[in-house]
Amino acid sequence: MSQSKGRFGIHGGQYIPETLMNAVIELEEAYEHYKNDPDFNRELTELLNNYAGRPSLLYYADKMTRDLGGAKIYLKREDLNHTGSHKINNVLGQALLAKKMGKTRLIAETGAGQHGVATATAAALLGMECVVFMGAEDTKRQALNVYRMKLLGSDVIPVKSGTATLKDAVSEAMREWTSRIDDTHYCLGSVMGPHPFPTIVRDFQAVISRESRAQILEAEGRLPDAVIACVGGGSNAIGSFYHYIPDEGVRLIGCEAAGRGIDTFETAATVNTGRIGIFHGMKSYFCQDEYGQIAPVYSISAGLDYPGVGPEHAHLHDIGRAEYVPVTDDEAVNAFEYLSRTEGIIPAIESAHAVAYAMKLAPTMDKDKLIIITISGRGDKDCAAIARYRGEDIYE
Amino acid sequence: MSNIRSAFANGKAFIPFITCGDPDIETTEKVIRAAAENGADLIEIGIPFSDPTAEGPVIQGANIRALAGGVTTDKVFEMVARLRRDVKIPMVFMTYANVVFSYDAERFMARCCETGIGGIILPDLPFEEKEEFSAVAKQYGIDLISLIAPTSAQRIAMIAKEAEGFIYVVSSLGVTGMRSEISTNIADIVRVIRENTDVPCAVGFGISRPDQAKAMAAASDGAIVGSAVIRILEQYGRDAAPHVGEYVKEMKAAVMSAE
Repeated sequence: MSQSKGRFGIHGGQYIPETLMNAVIELEEAYEHYKNDPDFNRELTELLNNYAGRPSLLYYADKMTRDLGGAKIYLKREDLNHTGSHKINNVLGQALLAKKMGKTRLIAETGAGQHGVATATAAALLGMECVVFMGAEDTKRQALNVYRMKLLGSDVIPVKSGTATLKDAVSEAMREWTSRIDDTHYCLGSVMGPHPFPTIVRDFQAVISRESRAQILEAEGRLPDAVIACVGGGSNAIGSFYHYIPDEGVRLIGCEAAGRGIDTFETAATVNTGRIGIFHGMKSYFCQDEYGQIAPVYSISAGLDYPGVGPEHAHLHDIGRAEYVPVTDDEAVNAFEYLSRTEGIIPAIESAHAVAYAMKLAPTMDKDKLIIITISGRGDKDCAAIARYRGEDIYE
Repeated sequence: MSNIRSAFANGKAFIPFITCGDPDIETTEKVIRAAAENGADLIEIGIPFSDPTAEGPVIQGANIRALAGGVTTDKVFEMVARLRRDVKIPMVFMTYANVVFSYDAERFMARCCETGIGGIILPDLPFEEKEEFSAVAKQYGIDLISLIAPTSAQRIAMIAKEAEGFIYVVSSLGVTGMRSEISTNIADIVRVIRENTDVPCAVGFGISRPDQAKAMAAASDGAIVGSAVIRILEQYGRDAAPHVGEYVKEMKAAVMSAE
């Protein structure tokens, strides 16, 4: 009999050093207790509503709909949350849980800096210490977010090992956790890593689809035909999909970062180009070579620049419940500019991957069909990089 | 069952760790021979991994150098086959789960069996996940080495009861690397292990000096040293073999004096 926990089909599990096993067991026990605790849930709802600004809007993008000439497009506006992305949903939950567990210190990895900023914010609010690990390469791409985290009272450690991007930040945060467990909670930012993280993060992010489902029923009297979200590790996507999984008529579409294309080595489209493997505590799909060495991945988006994908997404792919499509840098940058011009909404470059796919899909659908795109974050942080991509140099 | 137990038949064991292919395979081969000739009881051979999450900066560096030098799992097996013509002491692999998984676990174990590798240490395969590889490992007589950490507490008995080959006792929290002091009470951990199994146990993580090796060996059946060996390779590169040999001789003498 297998004793492995946290499986989604064949994926998931707990592939971590023995040193961390009691920490994840303790976390699982605490979560199983508090997730049903009325006081915990009241406190979390209070924070989500009166601090983070939930519920987020489900906005009907009329101009975009008319311009594309197909399905009606709704945007789930996670960019309007406090700190500017969906990351705060998970962080408030985990930080509150950590505090209940008696932890006084949060550590986190970050790619684009959105999860780092959210964690630094929760730590400031709840009076906890905070250390954020960020790839040295990403600290350059996202200098503004580094400054924000410091302003919020966190230490930011640039990680120089490996490719100096998100995967290395995760590795370094895991190393740090093995050296200091007693007072420290590892506030993992995506639906990845060892059990119970993929489940905890999904549950905290599921607020996105819980709201959007009620909102679309209110607005249209029926469920959407497609829900589209970008996928790196996959936290905003699983949150956007979760409450629609039993509704088989709803297509669930995850947009992976194809970088310069899935036929090149400069890509981060894990489901489209990867193979099953074991890394960062989980079994899932990973970009890797024939000997299992994890591949350096590339995307213009620091938040999607990760060689793996959460185990629940891997499973949804295996059973055909969700589709995972590649979107290139070029398509994402076009969508970034398009949504800004068309709707006056500047999306995060991560979210622009979802917008880009919707721009291809909507015109192929009838006008009475409905699409929800999750705008996982706002794009202020990306303006300098996009300007650079277009050959223009601006101050950050 | 493997031949690992014979490594603990010559008094307290000294176990050096070497990352294969740092800086190249020829050097690793020479270094392993030098270690064996100078009293190493068991050799822990690291198959490099791109993202060694249990390692500190020194062994991370060795992994990067080895991969940059072009080492692959196949080349590691070829090296072990060459070594086996004259090196008789037990050898184990230390690598990460994905290296075994992606090679195909059965093919990996079969080649271990062919080349005389007695066991595998996978720091990212805890007790709860060992079924990933345990059936094929058993089929080919390869021991999956269990690790026990300072945080294992009530898990020690459960892990010890199913341990095979030897038990790797992790001396300290955190990742591999040299430490000036080891504060974990190893004797307490070993006592619980002894109550549950007669499989030998060796202590690793943080040991570099003879006095540390002696103290750890006194509390267990042997000492494992990685980063300090890698440091010698960093310093002497392709000429490291005689220096590693000398170091092994000194450390083996230190653990023997613990009896």
